[in-house]
Amino acid sequence: MNTLAVTSPRRRRVDSLARWALLAGVVLALAPLALVLLYVLKRGVGALSLSFFTTDPTGAFFGDQGGIKSAILGTIEIVALATAIAVPIGVTLAVYLNEIGRKSKLAMTVRYFVDVLTGVPSILFGLFIYIVFVVGGMLTGFAAWKGSAALALLMLPIVTRTSEVSLALVPDSLREAALALGAPRWRVILRVVLPTALPGLLTGGLLAVARASGETAPLLFTVLGAQATTFSLGAQMNSLPLQIFNDVREPNPQLVTRAWGAALTLIVMILLINLAARLAARRNHLR
Amino acid sequence: MSTSKTKSHQTSKASGKGFGVKVRALHAFYDDNEAVKGVDVDFPANKITAIIGPSGCGKSTLVRCINRMHEEVPGASAKGQVLLDDLDIYSLGIDPVAVRRTVGMVFQKPNPFPTMSIIDNVTAGPRLAGVKRDELHERAERALCDAGLWNEVKDRLNKNAGGLSGGQQQRLCIARMIALEPEVLLMDEPCSALDPHSTLRIEELIVKLKSRFTVVLVTHNLSQATRIADYTAFMLDGELVEAGPTKRIFATPKNIRTKEYVTGKFG
Ligand SMILES: Nc1ncnc2c1ncn2[C@@H]1O[C@H](COP(=O)(O)OP(=O)(O)OP(=O)(O)O)[C@@H](O)[C@H]1O
Ligand SMILES: [Mg+2]
Repeated sequence: MNTLAVTSPRRRRVDSLARWALLAGVVLALAPLALVLLYVLKRGVGALSLSFFTTDPTGAFFGDQGGIKSAILGTIEIVALATAIAVPIGVTLAVYLNEIGRKSKLAMTVRYFVDVLTGVPSILFGLFIYIVFVVGGMLTGFAAWKGSAALALLMLPIVTRTSEVSLALVPDSLREAALALGAPRWRVILRVVLPTALPGLLTGGLLAVARASGETAPLLFTVLGAQATTFSLGAQMNSLPLQIFNDVREPNPQLVTRAWGAALTLIVMILLINLAARLAARRNHLR
Repeated sequence: MSTSKTKSHQTSKASGKGFGVKVRALHAFYDDNEAVKGVDVDFPANKITAIIGPSGCGKSTLVRCINRMHEEVPGASAKGQVLLDDLDIYSLGIDPVAVRRTVGMVFQKPNPFPTMSIIDNVTAGPRLAGVKRDELHERAERALCDAGLWNEVKDRLNKNAGGLSGGQQQRLCIARMIALEPEVLLMDEPCSALDPHSTLRIEELIVKLKSRFTVVLVTHNLSQATRIADYTAFMLDGELVEAGPTKRIFATPKNIRTKEYVTGKFG
């Protein structure tokens, strides 16, 4: 009987070896992330000041270069519109997939295309909008809403997939309870399934927002960029990724520093969104 | 059908009588698998009828055919007749949604809506049917009284239903069903997830409710059937073996398989 209690020395050696290997793997995976964060912090923190957040880039060749106000507001505007497009469509698709289509051929096809969409490089969404709305057709020219459209395409598969997962987590017993109370299926979805899945839907939406906020490529072809703050979604607009992209290539060290400051701002914004997503998910878990 | 007109105590129904249910030649399928194989059975109005039988014999399937919940399972189908107060709920043009408002159901595991408050849970049925919340407060209060839960929750009506104990949650589900003002109550092993004390409370509740509803009670607990059921139906392998007054089924069963089951030889 007591042979059960004794661990052989060899097994203990293998065990400790495996532990060290795992630890090394974790360090290897986290090191680049930590280095990026530290480096951005080191280069960018010097740029931060009140005026950095409250003034627009001046675009002047000499002297004061201004801050990144238009870039921050532009990112918020463009991503907000993209979210307003992608989330309703994505959640509706997810409701179809999980509540109605389920294993049907059409649902499986939709799922397949959503998966394909997930793997499409973001620059292609920009290119697509560029071809259709910027150089072709009637709606030529660069505009903020076209960037939103490109980002919405990017967000759509993320929102759809995460929403489908959170809808699948709603216990069937709740659907049964509502159906047995004589509720039509659409009311069951609207009044019971969606409210129960809400924290999960929120998490998915926020993750998609975080992902879209940092995208540069889809915006390059579609909103182009601007210096001044604008609230017109039909005009060209500044955004944080574009600001970083443009500034960091300039020979003026002031501008390079501003690029790092903008990068730091963007990282902090995305971290905050991710944090919010985690909190929403935690609420889901407690239920 | 017994129509007890004297309603001295408060009731949540105007008519206050249950509908009798007659099942005729009912077959129920999951894809090609026949789970109920031609069952004929009566559930008399204002009586408690227990359905007993070993696991997998089709009790739940039969009960779910009475409020047309069976067809909600993908691939499931049913044929035959279920007469609700002499109206066949499987005849053409009958809306399953309307059937479910007349035939309430309580499930094995308490399933209150976790995003709703206690009071909103009770009024969920009518609200899901489109009735406004303000018109329902009185009805909810009566349903909670009927379910014997009022005193325990009256100070926390707006709190989340998840904070209740298992037994309280099940009584909340019963209140939710009563607030729908149905005629028939289907209960599929309503006590099997509960402790003995909560079980006893729910049994008392069921007995109290039979004056106003027709009760169909699926149970694995034979002594529960003998305690509260007026009639008992024994099922085996998708078929109805024997049905009759509970005393007779347990004391002098006609069928040898019934005898073996009620004396604990199998199942
Ligand atoms: N959702 C389903 N899909 C396919 N087959 C099912 C489904 N539910 C039940 N069945 C089958 O139908 C038969 C009857 O099941 P049912 O749930 O009615 O039995 P039961 O008497 O209620 O059993 P228990 O006492 O365990 O609850 C079983 O053979 C079961 O495998
Ligand atoms: Mg069952």
